[in-house]
Amino acid sequence: MNESPVVDQEAMQEPPTRMVAIDAVESASPILIEDVTVAYHRRPVLWNIDYQAPSGKLIAIVGPNGSGKTTLIKAALDLVPRAAGQVLFFGEPYGQQRHRVGYVPQRTSVDWDFPVSALDVVAMGMYRKIGWLRPVSRKYREAAKQALDRVGMVDFANRQINQLSGGQQQRVFLARALAQNANLYFMDEPFAGVDAATERAIVDILRQLRESGKTVIAVHHDLQTVHEYFDEVVLLNMRLIAAGPTADVFTPDNLRKTYGGKLALLDQLGEKMAQPRSR
Amino acid sequence: MSLFAPLQTWTSLDTWIILIGALAAMACALPGCFLLLRRQSLMGDAISHTSLLGIVAAFFVSHWLVEANVISPATELSVRHVAMCLGAAIVGVLSAWMTESLQKFGNVESSAALGVVFTSLFALGLLLIRAVADDVHIDPDCVLYGAIEMAPLETVGASGIPRAVFVTGVVLVINLLLTVMLFKELRLSAFDPALATTQGIPAHVMHYGLMGVTAMTLVAAFESVGSILVIAMLIIPPATAYLLTDRLPRMIGLSLLIAALSSVLGHVSALTLPTMIAESVGIPDVHDASTAGMMAAAAGFLFVSAMLLGPKYGLVSRVWHRLLLRLRIASEDVLGGLYRFEESAAASADVSLATERAAWLRSLTTQSWLTRLATWVLLRRRWLIGSGSDVQLTDAGREAARTLVRSHRLWESFLAKHFVLGTGRFHESAEQVEHFLDPALLAELDQDLDRPGVDPHGRAIPN
Repeated sequence: MNESPVVDQEAMQEPPTRMVAIDAVESASPILIEDVTVAYHRRPVLWNIDYQAPSGKLIAIVGPNGSGKTTLIKAALDLVPRAAGQVLFFGEPYGQQRHRVGYVPQRTSVDWDFPVSALDVVAMGMYRKIGWLRPVSRKYREAAKQALDRVGMVDFANRQINQLSGGQQQRVFLARALAQNANLYFMDEPFAGVDAATERAIVDILRQLRESGKTVIAVHHDLQTVHEYFDEVVLLNMRLIAAGPTADVFTPDNLRKTYGGKLALLDQLGEKMAQPRSR
Repeated sequence: MSLFAPLQTWTSLDTWIILIGALAAMACALPGCFLLLRRQSLMGDAISHTSLLGIVAAFFVSHWLVEANVISPATELSVRHVAMCLGAAIVGVLSAWMTESLQKFGNVESSAALGVVFTSLFALGLLLIRAVADDVHIDPDCVLYGAIEMAPLETVGASGIPRAVFVTGVVLVINLLLTVMLFKELRLSAFDPALATTQGIPAHVMHYGLMGVTAMTLVAAFESVGSILVIAMLIIPPATAYLLTDRLPRMIGLSLLIAALSSVLGHVSALTLPTMIAESVGIPDVHDASTAGMMAAAAGFLFVSAMLLGPKYGLVSRVWHRLLLRLRIASEDVLGGLYRFEESAAASADVSLATERAAWLRSLTTQSWLTRLATWVLLRRRWLIGSGSDVQLTDAGREAARTLVRSHRLWESFLAKHFVLGTGRFHESAEQVEHFLDPALLAELDQDLDRPGVDPHGRAIPN
């Protein structure tokens, strides 16, 4: 916690430089995370995270279970409250940039017995564009079909979603993100529990997205494929261990820091903060 | 006395009862669909209890307004009804919010939190009634059980239309409008609240909105039909419809239909069933039973029927499809066996083969009833001719058998190519897989294996 005054000074110096150019918003980083801390039941799970993502890259968030990967995404998207810090998307708060930010949650986060078809789910990615109180018109159904086509799932458009395999469900989620046509995508474990064909399909889509200048930040578990799939890595274990180009950052030394026993201290401190009176 | 004798005394009163029941049931089924999909059906039950607090508060307010001369005693009743709906909505939202807060900050599991909130608020409502029972006229029994049989008697002006028809009708129309207009918002916030929020549809606003609407619907309906029927209609028609379809619009439509049907079925049974049952056990002069109770029971009956007879997920259809599959597998095994004997006979003139074949065929007839049934079906289909141990494949039967043996052997070859397994293990797997390979998969296998002529055992793969 000794570092935080330093970080604050930096944060105070930064705004003027961002306001210089009129097109600063356009050139601004897809996401700028400043000194973000998140706590569940007073127990911090993320400490003072500072990160600025480069534009047009595939970025992996890597870290052990419980290291706060999903929490970081949810905190950025205002889905869980932040205890401190701020997050800017393309130089502006999330509220003003929602339409440019897509989110693919973990596949297990929804009820797959829900009575909707694959096409219905994909169309959900366009509800903002469709607007309140309006039905999903033919135009949007066509767009949803095209998105399904891009992930090789157009033949399954009218299937109820529980009749799809795990890999197919993940592709439907991906198609929904494509339909949203955002500039920055968050994906929570897009490769979890999918078959080899789906994994290839997802990688292809990610590369297509990068070619069209989009940024993808994905929680990733398979350390073996990080080098092959991702340009940048964010190593996370309750605090930011390292971030940058995969070649520089994804080193055995950094991995040891991420997966090693270093967090025990933070964990203990967190426990004390959760029960201040008992200690 | 015939079963339908009570129906000969059918009056317009009965028609009104059915109409009120149907309107109330349909009004409840609409929010019920979304509660069910959010797995919060019991939230409706809880709200139906806590809204008592809202009702009591509404009595206070309207009473106080009359005392303070803000409104005249003549308009008190209509003011009170509006206040009751609003009060219930507020308490409904409040109970949903309290349940969530208790869960979050008290670290209590959701059903326990719900239990704490709804019993406490309900008790508070009851206490308030006791405290002011002398001042305001309010009868807890009436609130809880309602009186659908009496509802048609209170009519609006000279129109002769019961007030309850207006009340439940208006609520149904409001709920229908909300469901149609907010269909996609309701669907998304139930399916994926996080995405809803990122798409600009605040999931928690939708959640509390749904709770408020549910509470208002419940209060408006259970004044006329009683809270038991209301809770039943909130849960059972949506649950029944959920079993029958896997599309949300159809589910909503079906739940409306089931709600209306429960009302008709319930009232007719209330008139006829008790007499019938009572007479059959020797008690004369029993004429009817609680209509509300019967309507809820009818809905339960429809649910059980859907569970058993539903076309896709029904128990009967699942058993039937399993039986058909087992029958197909049994008959394919008979065909495959006969084909292999033909094959061996063509390859060698061994006499023992014929005896072996006859023994195998005899064993079929002594085997399970399924194999016997399968053989009978094959004979009827003219894929086999003959009888007993003297059965032959017809041309059509041979064709089917060839495809099956081809599947079996291609699969064995595929396993041999891609997996390291003992040769004995191929057969087991192929015995199962052969029944499920379709022409497209067969073509793919064939291509993967570069059109092999023989299987790993060296036997020819038929074309």
